[in-house]
Amino acid sequence: MDLNVKLEIYEGPLDLLLHLIKKNEVDIYDIPIALITSQYLAYLELMESLNIELAGEFLLMAATLTQIKSKMLLPVLEEDQEEEEEDPRMAIVRPLLEHMKIRDAAEALERRAILDRDVFTRDVSLADLGLAPAEEALVEASLFELIDAFQRLVSKFEAVSGLDIYLETRTLQERINEIIIFLREKRQASFEELTAKDRTKAEFILSFLAVLELARTGCLRLYQHQTAKVIMLFFADQPHFVKTQPNEPDREEDRDYEEDQVE
Amino acid sequence: MSLSLKTIVEGLLFVAEEPLSLEKISEITEGASLDRLQKVMDELAAEYEETGRAYVLCNVAGGYQFRTRPELSPYILRMKKKSPARLSRATLETLAVIAYRQPILRAEIEKIRGVDVGGVLKTLLEKGLIRVAGRKDLPGKPIIYGTTKKFLETFDLPSLDALPSLEEMESLGQEKEGKLF
Repeated sequence: MDLNVKLEIYEGPLDLLLHLIKKNEVDIYDIPIALITSQYLAYLELMESLNIELAGEFLLMAATLTQIKSKMLLPVLEEDQEEEEEDPRMAIVRPLLEHMKIRDAAEALERRAILDRDVFTRDVSLADLGLAPAEEALVEASLFELIDAFQRLVSKFEAVSGLDIYLETRTLQERINEIIIFLREKRQASFEELTAKDRTKAEFILSFLAVLELARTGCLRLYQHQTAKVIMLFFADQPHFVKTQPNEPDREEDRDYEEDQVE
Repeated sequence: MSLSLKTIVEGLLFVAEEPLSLEKISEITEGASLDRLQKVMDELAAEYEETGRAYVLCNVAGGYQFRTRPELSPYILRMKKKSPARLSRATLETLAVIAYRQPILRAEIEKIRGVDVGGVLKTLLEKGLIRVAGRKDLPGKPIIYGTTKKFLETFDLPSLDALPSLEEMESLGQEKEGKLF
Protein backbone atom coordinates (compact mmCIF):
# COMPACT_ATOMS: atom_id res chain seq x y z
CA MET A 1 0.00 0.00 0.00
CA ASP A 2 1.27 3.38 -0.90
CA LEU A 3 1.54 5.85 1.88
CA ASN A 4 1.76 9.45 0.83
CA VAL A 5 3.29 11.85 3.29
CA LYS A 6 4.23 15.44 2.70
CA LEU A 7 7.20 16.38 4.78
CA GLU A 8 7.65 20.07 5.46
CA ILE A 9 11.09 20.05 6.99
CA TYR A 10 12.73 21.64 4.02
CA GLU A 11 10.31 23.99 2.48
CA GLY A 12 12.41 24.42 -0.60
CA PRO A 13 15.70 23.42 -2.19
CA LEU A 14 17.44 26.50 -0.77
CA ASP A 15 16.48 25.47 2.75
CA LEU A 16 17.86 22.02 2.20
CA LEU A 17 21.10 23.36 0.71
CA LEU A 18 21.55 25.75 3.58
CA HIS A 19 21.03 22.91 6.01
CA LEU A 20 23.69 20.81 4.27
CA ILE A 21 26.15 23.70 4.26
CA LYS A 22 25.59 24.25 7.96
CA LYS A 23 25.77 20.57 8.77
CA ASN A 24 29.10 20.17 7.01
CA GLU A 25 30.36 23.45 8.44
CA VAL A 26 31.62 24.67 5.12
CA ASP A 27 32.14 28.18 3.83
CA ILE A 28 29.27 29.38 1.72
CA TYR A 29 31.73 31.15 -0.62
CA ASP A 30 33.74 27.97 -1.09
CA ILE A 31 31.20 25.18 -1.22
CA PRO A 32 32.69 21.71 -1.77
CA ILE A 33 30.32 21.11 -4.59
CA ALA A 34 30.91 17.37 -5.04
CA LEU A 35 30.20 16.66 -1.38
CA ILE A 36 27.14 18.87 -1.17
CA THR A 37 25.73 17.58 -4.45
CA SER A 38 26.04 13.96 -3.40
CA GLN A 39 24.39 14.67 -0.06
CA TYR A 40 21.67 16.64 -1.75
CA LEU A 41 20.94 13.81 -4.17
CA ALA A 42 21.04 11.28 -1.34
CA TYR A 43 18.40 13.28 0.44
CA LEU A 44 16.20 13.33 -2.64
CA GLU A 45 16.62 9.57 -2.97
CA LEU A 46 15.67 9.09 0.64
CA MET A 47 12.58 11.17 0.14
CA GLU A 48 11.71 9.16 -2.91
CA SER A 49 12.12 5.85 -1.10
CA LEU A 50 9.84 7.15 1.63
CA ASN A 51 7.34 8.03 -1.03
CA ILE A 52 7.46 11.64 -0.05
CA GLU A 53 6.29 13.97 -2.72
CA LEU A 54 8.91 16.46 -3.77
CA ALA A 55 8.25 19.73 -5.48
CA GLY A 56 9.73 20.23 -8.93
CA GLU A 57 12.03 22.91 -7.53
CA PHE A 58 14.04 20.23 -5.75
CA LEU A 59 14.75 18.49 -9.03
CA LEU A 60 15.66 21.73 -10.73
CA MET A 61 18.20 22.44 -8.01
CA ALA A 62 19.57 18.90 -8.37
CA ALA A 63 20.12 19.58 -12.06
CA THR A 64 21.79 22.91 -11.32
CA LEU A 65 24.10 21.33 -8.75
CA THR A 66 25.09 18.53 -11.12
CA GLN A 67 25.76 21.03 -13.85
CA ILE A 68 27.97 23.12 -11.59
CA LYS A 69 29.80 20.01 -10.48
CA SER A 70 30.57 18.96 -14.04
CA LYS A 71 31.65 22.49 -14.95
CA MET A 72 34.07 22.46 -12.05
CA LEU A 73 35.51 19.15 -13.20
CA LEU A 74 36.30 20.42 -16.67
CA PRO A 75 39.79 21.74 -17.05
CA VAL A 76 39.77 25.43 -17.78
CA LEU A 77 41.49 26.27 -21.06
CA GLU A 78 44.17 28.90 -20.87
CA GLU A 79 42.42 31.20 -23.32
CA ASP A 80 39.29 31.06 -21.23
CA GLN A 81 41.17 31.90 -18.11
CA GLU A 82 42.02 35.30 -19.48
CA GLU A 83 38.36 36.14 -19.65
CA GLU A 84 38.16 35.39 -15.93
CA GLU A 85 35.11 33.30 -16.01
CA GLU A 86 33.01 33.51 -12.89
CA ASP A 87 33.09 30.65 -10.45
CA PRO A 88 30.17 28.45 -11.56
CA ARG A 89 29.21 28.03 -7.93
CA MET A 90 28.08 31.65 -7.84
CA ALA A 91 24.90 30.47 -9.55
CA ILE A 92 23.82 28.97 -6.24
CA VAL A 93 25.79 31.15 -3.84
CA ARG A 94 23.93 34.30 -4.82
CA PRO A 95 20.42 32.92 -4.27
CA LEU A 96 21.64 31.31 -1.07
CA LEU A 97 22.91 34.60 0.29
CA GLU A 98 19.68 36.31 -0.65
CA HIS A 99 17.76 33.51 1.00
CA MET A 100 19.78 33.88 4.20
CA LYS A 101 19.18 37.61 4.27
CA ILE A 102 15.45 37.08 3.90
CA ARG A 103 15.49 34.45 6.62
CA ASP A 104 17.18 36.91 8.95
CA ALA A 105 14.71 39.60 7.93
CA ALA A 106 11.80 37.27 8.68
CA GLU A 107 13.28 36.43 12.06
CA ALA A 108 13.74 40.11 12.81
CA LEU A 109 10.07 40.74 11.93
CA GLU A 110 9.08 37.89 14.21
CA ARG A 111 10.97 39.47 17.10
CA ARG A 112 9.23 42.82 16.80
CA ALA A 113 6.51 43.91 19.20
CA ILE A 114 3.69 42.36 17.21
CA LEU A 115 0.21 43.76 17.57
CA ASP A 116 -2.22 41.44 19.33
CA ARG A 117 0.61 39.17 20.38
CA ASP A 118 2.98 41.40 22.33
CA VAL A 119 1.26 44.73 22.35
CA PHE A 120 -2.38 45.66 22.35
CA THR A 121 -4.53 48.65 21.64
CA ARG A 122 -7.89 49.44 23.11
CA ASP A 123 -10.04 47.56 20.69
CA VAL A 124 -13.71 47.77 21.23
CA SER A 125 -15.60 46.37 18.34
CA LEU A 126 -18.31 48.74 17.23
CA ALA A 127 -20.53 45.83 16.38
CA ASP A 128 -20.25 44.55 19.95
CA LEU A 129 -21.41 47.86 21.28
CA GLY A 130 -24.30 47.92 18.85
CA LEU A 131 -23.14 51.18 17.38
CA ALA A 132 -23.41 51.97 13.75
CA PRO A 133 -20.15 52.10 11.91
CA ALA A 134 -19.67 55.30 9.97
CA GLU A 135 -20.89 54.65 6.49
CA GLU A 136 -17.79 56.01 4.79
CA ALA A 137 -15.88 53.24 6.45
CA LEU A 138 -17.74 50.71 4.37
CA VAL A 139 -15.75 49.17 1.58
CA GLU A 140 -16.89 46.82 -1.07
CA ALA A 141 -16.36 43.33 0.27
CA SER A 142 -14.21 40.97 -1.71
CA LEU A 143 -14.62 37.24 -1.87
CA PHE A 144 -11.93 36.88 0.80
CA GLU A 145 -13.87 38.91 3.31
CA LEU A 146 -16.97 36.97 2.54
CA ILE A 147 -15.21 33.69 3.10
CA ASP A 148 -13.79 35.06 6.33
CA ALA A 149 -17.26 35.90 7.53
CA PHE A 150 -18.42 32.50 6.45
CA GLN A 151 -15.69 30.77 8.41
CA ARG A 152 -16.33 32.90 11.45
CA LEU A 153 -20.01 32.10 11.45
CA VAL A 154 -19.84 28.49 10.44
CA SER A 155 -17.56 27.77 13.38
CA LYS A 156 -20.43 28.37 15.77
CA PHE A 157 -22.19 25.37 14.31
CA GLU A 158 -19.20 23.17 14.75
CA ALA A 159 -19.38 23.56 18.49
CA VAL A 160 -22.51 21.43 18.64
CA SER A 161 -21.47 17.83 18.76
CA GLY A 162 -23.61 14.84 18.11
CA LEU A 163 -25.21 13.23 15.17
CA ASP A 164 -26.20 15.58 12.41
CA ILE A 165 -29.37 14.50 10.77
CA TYR A 166 -31.16 17.01 8.70
CA LEU A 167 -33.89 17.09 6.19
CA GLU A 168 -33.52 19.22 3.18
CA THR A 169 -36.45 21.45 3.79
CA ARG A 170 -35.69 24.28 1.43
CA THR A 171 -34.12 24.59 -1.93
CA LEU A 172 -31.57 27.19 -2.87
CA GLN A 173 -34.17 29.01 -4.95
CA GLU A 174 -36.54 29.17 -2.00
CA ARG A 175 -33.84 30.57 0.22
CA ILE A 176 -32.94 33.15 -2.43
CA ASN A 177 -36.56 34.24 -2.58
CA GLU A 178 -36.72 34.51 1.19
CA ILE A 179 -33.65 36.71 1.23
CA ILE A 180 -35.01 38.93 -1.51
CA ILE A 181 -38.26 39.43 0.40
CA PHE A 182 -36.36 40.06 3.61
CA LEU A 183 -34.05 42.59 2.01
CA ARG A 184 -36.67 44.33 -0.08
CA GLU A 185 -38.33 45.28 3.14
CA LYS A 186 -35.27 46.06 5.23
CA ARG A 187 -33.09 47.47 2.45
CA GLN A 188 -29.98 46.40 4.29
CA ALA A 189 -28.89 43.78 6.76
CA SER A 190 -25.76 42.30 8.13
CA PHE A 191 -24.66 38.88 7.07
CA GLU A 192 -24.97 37.72 10.69
CA GLU A 193 -28.52 38.95 10.88
CA LEU A 194 -29.50 37.19 7.73
CA THR A 195 -28.20 33.88 8.98
CA ALA A 196 -29.36 34.31 12.57
CA LYS A 197 -32.29 31.94 12.14
CA ASP A 198 -30.22 29.17 10.62
CA ARG A 199 -30.23 26.27 13.02
CA THR A 200 -27.94 23.85 11.27
CA LYS A 201 -24.77 24.09 9.30
CA ALA A 202 -26.64 22.93 6.22
CA GLU A 203 -29.11 25.78 6.56
CA PHE A 204 -26.31 28.22 7.06
CA ILE A 205 -24.46 27.01 4.01
CA LEU A 206 -27.68 27.32 2.03
CA SER A 207 -27.94 30.96 3.11
CA PHE A 208 -24.35 31.56 2.17
CA LEU A 209 -24.83 30.08 -1.26
CA ALA A 210 -27.93 32.17 -1.73
CA VAL A 211 -26.01 35.32 -0.85
CA LEU A 212 -23.26 34.39 -3.27
CA GLU A 213 -25.77 33.78 -6.01
CA LEU A 214 -27.54 37.07 -5.36
CA ALA A 215 -24.27 38.96 -5.33
CA ARG A 216 -23.22 37.31 -8.56
CA THR A 217 -26.41 38.25 -10.32
CA GLY A 218 -26.15 41.78 -8.96
CA CYS A 219 -29.31 41.63 -6.84
CA LEU A 220 -27.42 42.74 -3.80
CA ARG A 221 -24.23 44.57 -3.00
CA LEU A 222 -21.81 43.52 -0.33
CA TYR A 223 -19.94 45.99 1.79
CA GLN A 224 -17.78 45.51 4.79
CA HIS A 225 -17.16 47.82 7.67
CA GLN A 226 -13.44 48.35 7.79
CA THR A 227 -12.85 47.97 11.50
CA ALA A 228 -15.87 46.07 12.74
CA LYS A 229 -15.52 43.55 9.89
CA VAL A 230 -19.29 43.24 9.61
CA ILE A 231 -20.43 42.30 6.14
CA MET A 232 -23.42 44.37 5.12
CA LEU A 233 -25.83 43.42 2.39
CA PHE A 234 -27.63 46.13 0.50
CA PHE A 235 -30.57 45.53 -1.74
CA ALA A 236 -29.41 46.51 -5.17
CA ASP A 237 -32.27 48.54 -6.60
CA GLN A 238 -30.91 51.11 -4.22
CA PRO A 239 -28.25 52.44 -6.57
CA HIS A 240 -25.92 53.60 -3.84
CA PHE A 241 -26.24 53.15 -0.17
CA VAL A 242 -27.08 55.83 2.37
CA LYS A 243 -25.65 58.94 0.77
CA THR A 244 -27.80 58.83 -2.32
CA GLN A 245 -30.92 57.99 -0.43
CA PRO A 246 -33.23 60.75 -1.72
CA ASN A 247 -35.77 61.11 1.07
CA GLU A 248 -34.24 59.86 4.23
CA PRO A 249 -31.54 61.85 5.90
CA ASP A 250 -28.35 60.00 6.83
CA ARG A 251 -29.27 59.89 10.47
CA GLU A 252 -32.35 57.88 9.81
CA GLU A 253 -30.32 55.28 8.06
CA ASP A 254 -27.86 55.14 10.93
CA ARG A 255 -30.58 54.47 13.41
CA ASP A 256 -31.97 51.67 11.32
CA TYR A 257 -28.64 50.03 11.38
CA GLU A 258 -28.23 50.51 15.07
CA GLU A 259 -31.44 48.66 15.75
CA ASP A 260 -30.37 45.91 13.46
CA GLN A 261 -27.22 45.43 15.38
CA VAL A 262 -28.86 45.35 18.78
CA GLU A 263 -31.31 42.68 17.88
CA MET B 1 -9.74 74.05 33.57
CA SER B 2 -7.93 75.56 30.69
CA LEU B 3 -6.98 72.96 28.18
CA SER B 4 -3.41 72.60 27.13
CA LEU B 5 -2.63 71.32 23.68
CA LYS B 6 -1.01 68.33 25.34
CA THR B 7 -4.23 67.43 27.12
CA ILE B 8 -6.21 67.70 23.91
CA VAL B 9 -3.76 65.53 22.04
CA GLU B 10 -3.77 62.99 24.84
CA GLY B 11 -7.54 62.86 24.74
CA LEU B 12 -7.60 62.36 20.99
CA LEU B 13 -5.07 59.57 21.23
CA PHE B 14 -7.05 57.91 24.00
CA VAL B 15 -10.20 57.73 21.93
CA ALA B 16 -8.73 57.11 18.48
CA GLU B 17 -9.08 53.61 17.10
CA GLU B 18 -6.29 53.93 14.63
CA PRO B 19 -2.88 55.54 14.78
CA LEU B 20 -3.40 59.30 14.61
CA SER B 21 -1.17 61.28 12.30
CA LEU B 22 0.11 64.70 13.24
CA GLU B 23 -1.63 66.08 10.15
CA LYS B 24 -4.96 64.73 11.35
CA ILE B 25 -4.47 66.20 14.82
CA SER B 26 -3.48 69.52 13.31
CA GLU B 27 -6.74 69.47 11.36
CA ILE B 28 -8.80 68.64 14.46
CA THR B 29 -7.11 71.23 16.64
CA GLU B 30 -7.59 73.78 13.89
CA GLY B 31 -4.10 74.69 13.05
CA ALA B 32 -1.64 73.58 15.68
CA SER B 33 1.64 73.45 13.81
CA LEU B 34 3.21 70.10 13.07
CA ASP B 35 6.39 71.12 14.87
CA ARG B 36 4.48 71.96 17.98
CA LEU B 37 2.48 68.76 17.81
CA GLN B 38 5.63 66.76 17.36
CA LYS B 39 7.06 68.36 20.47
CA VAL B 40 3.89 67.66 22.43
CA MET B 41 3.94 64.08 21.19
CA ASP B 42 7.55 63.58 22.26
CA GLU B 43 6.75 65.00 25.69
CA LEU B 44 3.75 62.72 26.07
CA ALA B 45 5.73 59.70 24.96
CA ALA B 46 8.47 60.51 27.46
CA GLU B 47 5.95 61.00 30.27
CA TYR B 48 4.27 57.67 29.68
CA GLU B 49 7.60 55.96 29.41
CA GLU B 50 8.98 57.50 32.59
CA THR B 51 5.95 57.13 34.80
CA GLY B 52 5.81 53.42 34.09
CA ARG B 53 2.27 53.38 32.73
CA ALA B 54 0.85 50.13 31.41
CA TYR B 55 0.75 51.63 27.97
CA VAL B 56 3.15 53.73 25.99
CA LEU B 57 2.84 56.03 23.02
CA CYS B 58 4.06 54.32 19.87
CA ASN B 59 4.87 55.75 16.49
CA VAL B 60 3.27 53.34 14.04
CA ALA B 61 2.03 53.46 10.46
CA GLY B 62 2.54 57.18 10.09
CA GLY B 63 0.74 58.06 13.31
CA TYR B 64 0.70 57.72 17.06
CA GLN B 65 -1.14 55.20 19.17
CA PHE B 66 -1.26 54.01 22.75
CA ARG B 67 -0.14 50.43 23.07
CA THR B 68 0.35 48.23 26.08
CA ARG B 69 3.84 47.27 27.14
CA PRO B 70 5.01 43.95 25.71
CA GLU B 71 5.62 42.61 29.24
CA LEU B 72 1.87 42.62 29.82
CA SER B 73 1.04 40.33 26.95
CA PRO B 74 0.74 37.07 28.95
CA TYR B 75 -1.94 38.65 31.15
CA ILE B 76 -3.81 40.27 28.30
CA LEU B 77 -3.80 37.08 26.27
CA ARG B 78 -5.16 35.22 29.28
CA MET B 79 -7.94 37.78 29.60
CA LYS B 80 -8.76 37.58 25.91
CA LYS B 81 -8.69 33.79 26.18
CA LYS B 82 -7.06 33.36 22.85
CA SER B 83 -3.63 32.56 21.66
CA PRO B 84 -2.23 34.98 19.14
CA ALA B 85 -2.33 33.94 15.51
CA ARG B 86 1.15 32.84 14.60
CA LEU B 87 2.60 33.34 11.19
CA SER B 88 4.43 30.32 9.87
CA ARG B 89 8.02 30.67 8.80
CA ALA B 90 7.06 30.37 5.14
CA THR B 91 4.52 33.16 5.59
CA LEU B 92 6.95 35.40 7.44
CA GLU B 93 9.69 34.88 4.87
CA THR B 94 7.36 35.65 2.00
CA LEU B 95 6.18 38.74 3.85
CA ALA B 96 9.78 39.79 4.37
CA VAL B 97 10.52 39.39 0.65
CA ILE B 98 7.54 41.56 -0.22
CA ALA B 99 8.34 44.15 2.44
CA TYR B 100 11.90 44.59 1.26
CA ARG B 101 11.48 44.19 -2.47
CA GLN B 102 8.12 45.79 -3.15
CA PRO B 103 6.55 46.37 -5.58
CA ILE B 104 7.23 42.78 -6.55
CA LEU B 105 5.81 40.13 -8.86
CA ARG B 106 4.84 36.69 -7.67
CA ALA B 107 7.44 35.19 -10.02
CA GLU B 108 10.13 37.35 -8.43
CA ILE B 109 9.08 36.27 -4.93
CA GLU B 110 9.23 32.66 -5.99
CA LYS B 111 12.66 33.15 -7.46
CA ILE B 112 13.98 34.46 -4.17
CA ARG B 113 12.16 31.94 -2.00
CA GLY B 114 12.86 29.03 -4.34
CA VAL B 115 9.35 27.66 -3.85
CA ASP B 116 5.78 28.19 -4.94
CA VAL B 117 4.15 30.97 -2.90
CA GLY B 118 0.55 30.86 -4.15
CA GLY B 119 -0.98 29.60 -0.91
CA VAL B 120 1.10 31.89 1.26
CA LEU B 121 0.17 34.94 -0.81
CA LYS B 122 -3.48 34.11 -0.32
CA THR B 123 -2.99 33.88 3.44
CA LEU B 124 -1.20 37.21 3.52
CA LEU B 125 -3.90 38.86 1.41
CA GLU B 126 -6.59 37.46 3.69
CA LYS B 127 -4.78 38.77 6.74
CA GLY B 128 -4.58 42.17 5.06
CA LEU B 129 -0.81 42.34 5.45
CA ILE B 130 -0.19 42.64 1.73
CA ARG B 131 -2.19 44.09 -1.11
CA VAL B 132 -2.33 44.03 -4.85
CA ALA B 133 -0.38 47.15 -5.70
CA GLY B 134 -1.24 47.13 -9.38
CA ARG B 135 -0.25 45.32 -12.52
CA LYS B 136 3.03 45.35 -14.34
CA ASP B 137 3.15 46.36 -17.95
CA LEU B 138 4.35 42.96 -19.11
CA PRO B 139 2.69 40.27 -21.19
CA GLY B 140 -0.21 38.91 -19.17
CA LYS B 141 -0.24 42.03 -16.98
CA PRO B 142 1.02 40.20 -13.89
CA ILE B 143 -0.06 41.40 -10.47
CA ILE B 144 2.43 43.24 -8.30
CA TYR B 145 2.30 43.02 -4.54
CA GLY B 146 3.11 45.46 -1.77
CA THR B 147 2.58 45.70 1.97
CA THR B 148 -0.33 47.48 3.64
CA LYS B 149 -0.78 49.95 6.44
CA LYS B 150 -1.88 47.03 8.54
CA PHE B 151 1.53 45.50 7.99
CA LEU B 152 3.12 48.57 9.58
CA GLU B 153 0.62 48.50 12.43
CA THR B 154 1.12 44.80 13.05
CA PHE B 155 4.89 44.97 13.12
CA ASP B 156 5.17 48.18 15.09
CA LEU B 157 6.79 50.15 12.28
CA PRO B 158 6.41 53.93 11.80
CA SER B 159 6.99 53.55 8.05
CA LEU B 160 8.58 51.25 5.51
CA ASP B 161 11.81 53.24 5.83
CA ALA B 162 11.99 52.07 9.42
CA LEU B 163 12.65 48.50 8.32
CA PRO B 164 16.26 47.73 9.11
CA SER B 165 18.19 47.40 5.87
CA LEU B 166 19.07 43.91 4.74
CA GLU B 167 22.74 44.79 5.01
CA GLU B 168 22.33 45.79 8.66
CA MET B 169 20.43 42.59 9.09
CA GLU B 170 23.40 40.59 7.92
CA SER B 171 25.71 41.94 10.55
CA LEU B 172 22.94 41.55 13.07
CA GLY B 173 22.53 37.95 12.02
CA GLN B 174 26.17 37.29 12.72
CA GLU B 175 26.02 38.55 16.27
CA LYS B 176 22.66 36.97 16.76
CA GLU B 177 24.03 34.17 18.88
CA GLY B 178 24.72 36.62 21.70
CA LYS B 179 21.62 38.72 22.09
CA LEU B 180 18.32 39.33 20.48
CA PHE B 181 18.50 42.99 19.63
